[in-house]
Amino acid sequence: MRLGLATLVCVTLALGACQREERDTRPQSSLGSGEQPTPVTTLEPGGQRPSPSDNKAASFEANAFHLSEGKRLFGWFNCSGCHANGGGGMGPALMDEKWIYGSSMESIHATIRDGRPNGMPSFREKIPDDQIWELAAFVRSLGGNAPSSAAPSRNDDMMTHPSENRMPDAATLGKSP
Amino acid sequence: MKQAAQSARPCAHQARIKRSAAPRQYSQSILAVLLLACGPLLTAASEAPPAPTISPPAAAAPPDDGQWTMPAKNYASTRYSDLAEINEGNAKNLQVAFTFSTGVNKGQEAAPLVVGSTMYIVTPFPNIVYALDLSKPGAPMKWKYEPNPEPAAQGVACCDVVNRGTAFADGRIFFNTLDGHTIALNADSGQPIWNAHIGNINIGETITMAPLVVKGKVLVGNSGGEMGVRGWIKALDASDGHVVWTAYNTGPDKDVLIGPDFKPHYDMDKGKDLGVTTWPPEAWKIGGGNMWGWISYDPDLNLIFHGTGNPGPWNPDLRPGDNKWTSGIFARNPDNGAAQWFYQWTPHDLHDYDGINEQVLLNMKWQGKPRKVLVRPERNGYLYVLDRTTGEVLSAKPFGPVNSSKGVDLKTGRLVENPDKKTGTGKVVRDICPTASGLKDWQPSAFSPKTGLLYIPHNNLCMDEEGVEVNYIAGTPYVGMNVRMIPGPGGNRGAFTAWDIAAEKPAWSLKENFPVWSGAVVTAGDVVFYGTMEGWFKAVSAKTGDLLWQFKTSSGIIGQPITYRGPDGHQYVAILSGVGGWAGAIVSGDLDPHDATAALGFVNAMKDLKNATTAGGTLYVFRLP
Repeated sequence: MRLGLATLVCVTLALGACQREERDTRPQSSLGSGEQPTPVTTLEPGGQRPSPSDNKAASFEANAFHLSEGKRLFGWFNCSGCHANGGGGMGPALMDEKWIYGSSMESIHATIRDGRPNGMPSFREKIPDDQIWELAAFVRSLGGNAPSSAAPSRNDDMMTHPSENRMPDAATLGKSP
Repeated sequence: MKQAAQSARPCAHQARIKRSAAPRQYSQSILAVLLLACGPLLTAASEAPPAPTISPPAAAAPPDDGQWTMPAKNYASTRYSDLAEINEGNAKNLQVAFTFSTGVNKGQEAAPLVVGSTMYIVTPFPNIVYALDLSKPGAPMKWKYEPNPEPAAQGVACCDVVNRGTAFADGRIFFNTLDGHTIALNADSGQPIWNAHIGNINIGETITMAPLVVKGKVLVGNSGGEMGVRGWIKALDASDGHVVWTAYNTGPDKDVLIGPDFKPHYDMDKGKDLGVTTWPPEAWKIGGGNMWGWISYDPDLNLIFHGTGNPGPWNPDLRPGDNKWTSGIFARNPDNGAAQWFYQWTPHDLHDYDGINEQVLLNMKWQGKPRKVLVRPERNGYLYVLDRTTGEVLSAKPFGPVNSSKGVDLKTGRLVENPDKKTGTGKVVRDICPTASGLKDWQPSAFSPKTGLLYIPHNNLCMDEEGVEVNYIAGTPYVGMNVRMIPGPGGNRGAFTAWDIAAEKPAWSLKENFPVWSGAVVTAGDVVFYGTMEGWFKAVSAKTGDLLWQFKTSSGIIGQPITYRGPDGHQYVAILSGVGGWAGAIVSGDLDPHDATAALGFVNAMKDLKNATTAGGTLYVFRLP
C-alpha cells in the first residue's frame, strides 16, 4: 500500500515533469499560418466581447522547452538587436508593464507575425508559426508572466538582467530597480 | 547583494553632485568679483587682440555676417561666432527672449539655422521643418513643412529617431528625413522644390545627418551601421536633386571612387580594392562604414573631408581584416567624389568606434612650419591633428581615459590595439574605455581662434562587452554584441574639455554628471555655450571654464547651440532642448533599466536619467535684457 502510494506520487511527479518538458516532435512548420483575428485594442463600441484565444497560447507558455527555444530564437532572429535582452533600444522594452498592442500571447504572436506600423517588421515569411508562438511565450517571460517552473534560469555568460524565472511580475512590481 | 548595491548607488551619486556643486558656486562668486574689478581691462584687451596663431582658412570661414546658415557655422566647422555683445561680464544677465515647442518628444539633436530674419528648425521624426519670423515679437511661425515620412522608418533607426539639422543655400533649405529622402524647400514659402528618395528602409537604411551644400551639390550620407547597411555618401544636384555621384565606403575601388588621384599617406591604406580584400568574402556588402556625421570643406584645396562609420557587425570575429574603409576619414574632390587620401582611425574596429565626428579645419604652425591641419576629437579617444593635404597624422593624444588602445604609431599611422581588451564570440571583456559611444560621439566641438582652444563636449564611460552570434537578416539589426556601460574613472559620466591644440594637452575640463551629448558654440565674447542632459543650458568662460550663467530648460539638452544677430541688431543664443539620442534613449524610448544591455548597453550607465528629466522638444532663445 505504502509502496503503491509512493509509486503513485512518483508517477504523478514524473508526468508533471513531462508536461513541463513536453516536446512536439512534428511541429507545425508552415509559414504565414495562424490567421486568428486579434484585436489591438480593448475598446469596443457596446462593450467588450471575449477575446479569441488560441489553444497554443497556454500550452506554449507553461512549457520549458518552448520557452528556452523562444529564448534562443530571440537572438537568432535578431529580436535582441532592437529589443536588447528585453529592455529595448530601437524597439520598445518588453519587460515592463506597458504594452502598445496588447500583452496577451495572441497579441504578441500577431505583432511578430504581422508587424506593427511604427517600426515592428512583419516576420510572417521568415519564421515558422510555432516558432512565433515560442517567441511570444519567451517575450511574456521577460515581464515575469511565465510560470517560474518553466521559465529559463540564469545565463552561463554575461548576466544582462535577472533570470527569467526570477523576473518580478512587471505589472505588479513596477519597473524601477 | 543586489539590494545593497542599489542602496549604495544613490548615496554615491548625491555625494558626487555635492562635491561638484560646491566649487562651482565658489568660483562663480570669485568670478563676479574679478569681473567687477577687471571689467574695463577686459574690454580694453579685446579691442586689440593679438593675431591668432591658429585660425581657420579664410576661404572656409568668411567674416561673420551674424547669420548661421549651416550647423557647423562655416565650412571649416569652427562653430565660432564673431559676435561679442554677450561677453564674460554680462552673460550672467541672459534671459529668455522666446520659446517654441517643436511638438515632438524625441531627441532634439539639430542646430537651428538663422538666415536673414528667419529661423529654421527641423524636428526628429516626423522631421517637421518650421520657419520662425524673427522680425516680429515672439517669433511667430512663418510656415511649416511636414514631409510625412514612413512611420516604419522608426523601427530601423539605431539610436532614437534624431535629425542633426538643415542646411541653407541659394534661397533653399535642404534636409533629410528618417525614411531616406533629401528634400529641398523654398526658404521663403516652405514649398517643396524637389524630393529625392535615396535610402531604403527595408535594408535598414535611414538618414539622420545634416546635409552640407558645396558648390551647388548637396552632400548626404546614410545611417545603418547597426543594420549591416553599406555606407555611402552622395552628391545631389542642388537645383533638381539628381544624384551626381555616389561614393561607397566599402567594396571595390570603382565603387569607393578610388582612382589615380588617390594618394594615401600610409602604406596600410595602399593597394588595390582594399575595400574587398580586407574583408571575408562578400562581407563588405553588409559591412557598414556609414556616413551619418559631419563634412567639412576646404575651398582652397577643393576637398571635402568626411568620416566613415563602424564596420558591421560589432562582433569582430565575423570580419577578420582591416575592414576598409570603415572607421576612417576620406578627403574627396567635391566635383566628382574622387578620393584624394584616406586615413583609418581604427582598423578592424573592435568596439563600435565610428569615425564620423566633426573635422575642424585650421592653419597653424606645427614644429615651426606652417601646416594646413584638420583637428578631430575621435571616438576612439584621441585628439588627432592631421595634415589635411596628405592625411599624415601630426599628433594623436588621448583627451580622456583610454585603455582599449595604447596610442597611435606615428610612423605607420596605426592605432596600437590593447590585446587585453580584444572582444570576440563567447568572451566577456570587462572595463573597456572608452565605450561603444566613444570618448566623444557625434556631439560637435567648437574652436576659438582667440584662445586657440577646442571646446569638446564628451563622455566618460567604460563598458563590458560580450560577442554573440548574429545572423544577417536584411532590415534587422546586425550587431552581435552584448554591451553594458558604466561610469568612467571619477564617476562623472560626462566632461566638457577645453583642449589646447598647440600644447597637445587640456587647458581645463569640467565634470558633468551625465554625458555631455550637446554640441558647443564659442564666441568672440569669450563665452562657450553647451547643455547638459539634466536640462541645464550653460555659459562658461572660454578662458577658464568658470560658470558664468545657467538656465534650466524643460528637458535634457542634446542639441547644438547657435548664436546670431537678430533683426534688432542684438546678439541671441538659441538651443533646442529635448532629451533623447543614444544616450537619452532610456527616456525618449521609455526603456527598461532592468536590462543592462538595453539601447546597446547605454541604459546601464543612464539608469537614473528618468529621475532627472523627461522627454520634451522646445526651442529656447536667449538675449541680454
